[in-house]
Amino acid sequence: MLKQIEGSHGVAEAVALARPEVICAYPISPQTHIVEALGEMVKTGALSPCEFINVESEFAAMSVAIGASAAGARTYTATASQGLLFMVEAVYNAAGLGLPIVMTVANRAIGAPINIWNDHTDAMSQRDCGWIQLFAETNQEALDLHIQAFRLAEELSLPVMVCMDGFILTHAYERMDVPEQALVDAYLPPYEPRQVLDPREPVSIGAMVGPEAFTEVRYLAHAKQMSAIERIPQLAQEFRAVFGRDSGGLVRGYRLEDAETVVVALGSVLGTIKDTVDELRDRGVKIGVLGITSFRPFPLAAVRAALAGAKRFVVLEKSLAVGIGGIVATNVRLALDGLALKGYTIVAGLGGRAITRASLHRVFGEAIADRLEAVHFLDLQRERVARVLEREEAVRRSGPIAEGILKDLGTVASRIG
Amino acid sequence: MAFQPVKFYQTGTFTVGNRLLDEQQRSVQAQEERSNSLNSGHRACQGCGEALGARYAIDAAMHATGNQLIAANATGCLEVFSTPYPESSWQIPWIHSLFGNAAAVASGIAAALRVKGRGEVRVIAQGGDGGTTDIGFGCLSGMFERNDDVLYICYDNEAYMNTGVQRSSATPPAARTATTMAVGAQPGNVFGQGKNVPAIAMAHDIPYVATATVAELHDLEYKVKKAMGFHGARYIHVFVPCPLGWGAASQDTIKLARLAKETGLFPVFEAEHGEVTSVSKIRRPIPVEEYLRPQKRFAHLFGQEPAAEVIARLQTIADRNIKKFGLLDAAA
Repeated sequence: MLKQIEGSHGVAEAVALARPEVICAYPISPQTHIVEALGEMVKTGALSPCEFINVESEFAAMSVAIGASAAGARTYTATASQGLLFMVEAVYNAAGLGLPIVMTVANRAIGAPINIWNDHTDAMSQRDCGWIQLFAETNQEALDLHIQAFRLAEELSLPVMVCMDGFILTHAYERMDVPEQALVDAYLPPYEPRQVLDPREPVSIGAMVGPEAFTEVRYLAHAKQMSAIERIPQLAQEFRAVFGRDSGGLVRGYRLEDAETVVVALGSVLGTIKDTVDELRDRGVKIGVLGITSFRPFPLAAVRAALAGAKRFVVLEKSLAVGIGGIVATNVRLALDGLALKGYTIVAGLGGRAITRASLHRVFGEAIADRLEAVHFLDLQRERVARVLEREEAVRRSGPIAEGILKDLGTVASRIG
Repeated sequence: MAFQPVKFYQTGTFTVGNRLLDEQQRSVQAQEERSNSLNSGHRACQGCGEALGARYAIDAAMHATGNQLIAANATGCLEVFSTPYPESSWQIPWIHSLFGNAAAVASGIAAALRVKGRGEVRVIAQGGDGGTTDIGFGCLSGMFERNDDVLYICYDNEAYMNTGVQRSSATPPAARTATTMAVGAQPGNVFGQGKNVPAIAMAHDIPYVATATVAELHDLEYKVKKAMGFHGARYIHVFVPCPLGWGAASQDTIKLARLAKETGLFPVFEAEHGEVTSVSKIRRPIPVEEYLRPQKRFAHLFGQEPAAEVIARLQTIADRNIKKFGLLDAAA
């Protein structure tokens, strides 16, 4: 059914259609609207049987999810930013135990300085934790990915993180196609756990493993996640067969035919990039786009196949690996081992900085002319940085960095560009 | 023929042995159908109070629930000595997730059982004092506050024994640990710190809170069984001496647990909905010195010049407990 709703509400409806049995929630912006909507559905009885648990921290949220999932319940939670970091120990644990929890990450920056706006630093910090990570480009895809996520998680007995851009997607009202319950039921069978805590068949879960078997256990985690490389496109195909639309998959190319330059990105920024690329194509520039939906497992072969014919790639990413530059870019480079492509990293949209077509035109132009620096910070206000550096040079007690920058900036009001 | 009831000298105790007790009063361990939840073959140290306490507590809970029990375990000695891969001593469904989240994992299990209509299956969470009073405290308080249907059992041996005897917030004043060294002007752990988790549990107004020691295993069993009769959050704090960490003889585990109670240092009581409902009386008050002296962690108090002032401060703590909980009969 077509509805004009907020992204968060669309995701909440998708989660509800997946018939979760336990939902635990701790509030953090911009995830709140998702769990609020689910809580209301449980309270009214619209979503039943389901337990909605208000926990005291994100660490508890993931821990309750671990217990519920281990006891055989289909389990869901959502978080973002600091919340994801606060639950990290349990995030790794859920993956290590092989529990098919589905979690939405409403992507948001990590402090300090504290910042509630969107970037991908939170999810990227967990790229190696053993969870499958799917990134939604649109609200519709966010909705669809959640339905696929439960199926994928439970088939593989691995947790899945569905990442959607905070505010940009979570708080945007758009037309969304919310599927009928019968279709979701046809696509997503009831949860049949591989391991379950049950007095009828007692098992010990979470035993200590020493050097004699730790490598094997970890290898199995890797092998299982790598098997998702095959399974994710199949599930997207099956999804298309049931619901009649394309969603998910490993990667999605856009105007890649004869492209000499390919821009690689994740999430909602792909829309702005595609608009920019359309304009460049109109001018005869041979440029295309590769959107990565599955960041973990990372689809090395699909990325290589998409980029192999190009002369250069530009990774535009909403995250920064301090001390080296790009995170996505580093992964993309691995996919291109042995190929002679020039590569550029554009760090963009940090902490909600707007990514405009004007800025993209400028940097894509520089990349195409091979004048772009290897790691470029989009729209970096160099004079602001310079002033801090000057002050630090001049006085020892130069004060808090963020405060200094804000003082220089004056009143910002709603200026995010 | 007139019936002459037998009167035992040691009234009010179970030391007369199981055979002479009513069947209902006999230990679960004396019954053929005991579940051996924590089976033999585990790797606890000789004289381990925690292994003893866990065995009695979990078997009692199994007995009370008709063997319908799931346990969540915090990281710690109990977890490590019971489940070295690929072996497990647990004959019950058991999960270990992390050090600080046993209470929350148990909440999740309870929620899953509720939603699946498996109300007959009950949930226990257990951990040592570090996993309970320190790193797991947030999750524990959250579980209490939501009144989740979980019995949490803390096996308190008063320090982080699994990592090599470091101080926890359950370590008593003056005790030597690897991080409260027996050196300097005030050797051992400082006075005035630490937290009283049974009291904090009571402040949550949860249905049932109790303390127990491994010196009185019938009492421990009784409290676990009683706890399983309630729904909602319940807490039992069990005093379990650690021969290794305390520098005590392994055959003295029971003796030290009894002395902790009989000195008043560890008050044994029950509380329902935030109110104390019963206390285990002290039969003959014993000076704290008798409890402290056999333990190397307090050896610095008994050097060439005994630290009389420190011992007196510890006695004050014991006396305060005796007064606060009314641990002595008026006649005594």
